[in-house]
Amino acid sequence: MTLDEKTRTKIGFTIAAWLVGLLIFFPILWTVLTSFKTEAQAIASPPLFLGFDWTLENYFEVQERSNYFRHFANSVVISVGSTVLGLLIAIPAAWAMAFVPRKRTKDVLMWMLSTKMLPPVGVLIPIYLLFRDTGLLDTLTGLVLVLTLINLPIIIWMLYTYFKEIPGEILEAARMDGATLWSEIVHVLTPMAVPGIASTLLLNVILAWNEAFWTLNLTAATAAPLTAFIASYSSPEGLFYAKLSAASTMAIAPILIMGWFSQKQLVRGLTFGAVK
Amino acid sequence: MATGHSRVAARIMISPAVLLLLGWMIVPLSMTLYFSFLNYNLLMPGVHEWIGFTNYEFFLTDPAFFTALGNTLLLVGGVLVITIFGGIGLAILLDQPMWGQGIVRILVIAPFFVMPTVSALVWKNMFMNPVNGLFAHAAAFLGLEPFDFLAQAPLFSIILIVAWQWLPFATLILLTALQSLDRDQIEAANMDGASKWSRFIYIVLPHMSRAITVVILIQTIFLLSIFAEILVTTNGGPGNASTNITFLVYAQSLLQFDVGSGSAGGIVAVILANIVAVFLMRMIGKNLEA
Repeated sequence: MTLDEKTRTKIGFTIAAWLVGLLIFFPILWTVLTSFKTEAQAIASPPLFLGFDWTLENYFEVQERSNYFRHFANSVVISVGSTVLGLLIAIPAAWAMAFVPRKRTKDVLMWMLSTKMLPPVGVLIPIYLLFRDTGLLDTLTGLVLVLTLINLPIIIWMLYTYFKEIPGEILEAARMDGATLWSEIVHVLTPMAVPGIASTLLLNVILAWNEAFWTLNLTAATAAPLTAFIASYSSPEGLFYAKLSAASTMAIAPILIMGWFSQKQLVRGLTFGAVK
Repeated sequence: MATGHSRVAARIMISPAVLLLLGWMIVPLSMTLYFSFLNYNLLMPGVHEWIGFTNYEFFLTDPAFFTALGNTLLLVGGVLVITIFGGIGLAILLDQPMWGQGIVRILVIAPFFVMPTVSALVWKNMFMNPVNGLFAHAAAFLGLEPFDFLAQAPLFSIILIVAWQWLPFATLILLTALQSLDRDQIEAANMDGASKWSRFIYIVLPHMSRAITVVILIQTIFLLSIFAEILVTTNGGPGNASTNITFLVYAQSLLQFDVGSGSAGGIVAVILANIVAVFLMRMIGKNLEA
């Protein structure tokens, strides 16, 4: 069987791309595999790839020893809570800027973006002291507030770029028909805006889930989400690879799945519309 | 044709967001600025006297600052070099005809969604550990001495970990840019007998230059604030060998309780980030006009 040149090149590229892809993905694969080993098998030399006794024991032990699901629940509350709160504040703002633009709208947008460029250490101390004095340190409320504020610029920007794509003529037509501002929002805008809002929600849940500056600095035991919980595994005592892997797998699995659905939005959201 | 009525409504709709961000930016930032001029240590309660620029003098002449500044630049620069060159290569590879392109894309993007503490700990323990890590096993297999990555080359190891996390981001954005390339242009160049290399240099690269700049600027903003990866792998050590500015400020204020000096460091970090931010904002602003 002879293959034409096109097919041969395609085979070559397929092999090369799969090799590189698997190489990049390997640390994640290795973590998932290790999570099903016993602690002894996890550090066996030479390393075991598939020929080990698969066990779910680590998953149960992580939960038993450290109340994993409380930290998981904290992560859910913080990431979903801050995203929903952020959307409630951002949707009206982005709507107004996209459909009732004023001379200064662009400046306002740029200024909002500039707050995102502020390095967190620039405000770490005041936030820490304010939280300490108001009892917000190590509380879910405090973290929801901070994460809402740090992701608000991205939420507004993403929504703005989505809303901008809704043709203005439709609104004009609705207005001609005597639609009030409210019915304009409910009947015309909302159905067209839902996909953009959903993408924004998805990306921001991911960003908030993985946020690891404020969650590490502002929590101790009570409100610690998964980022801080996993960090507690950095102490060097004992061998714990299998349990670390189990905890890690559970921490990244939900977000990995969500992430795969949001590849496109990721580009738009993180480049602030500069690359589409 | 916005009516006066809707203009008022618009203002009301924008104001919560503006006020919140204003409060978030102005209040804590001015507090940091104020603290940076005080002799303020959490271990010494009482009056915090105004000491002018003394904190800045101490912070900026501290040898730890120069180490941290150098480390910050190496960390940002190292990760940028790896992710930009790797990202261009990967984007071009993923743009070729192949089977299972969607799946390969998913595999390549995955590291970006791994939380920083997880990826740092997985690399630290399961790969870079000198006894049980996979790299140590590989070295033993090849008959080499195992290398203690985080003790002997802490900054380099952190650069590797962070580059692994950010390579997908660069790849994804560069791939998006590549896919918007006008195929006719390539065809035309083909007809004219342009070589693969000159096609890359004269057509593909200029087309991607904008996306490359965006990747560089955005990554720089995030990379200047790398924190969790350092905290869980080396804690800034050994000594200050892997301390960046962000970590130094954290250590001075929350570990040594020197709020004054830490605040001065925070302000320095803000100024550094702003140098990059100005360029990034200009690029994004231009796009907004179009």
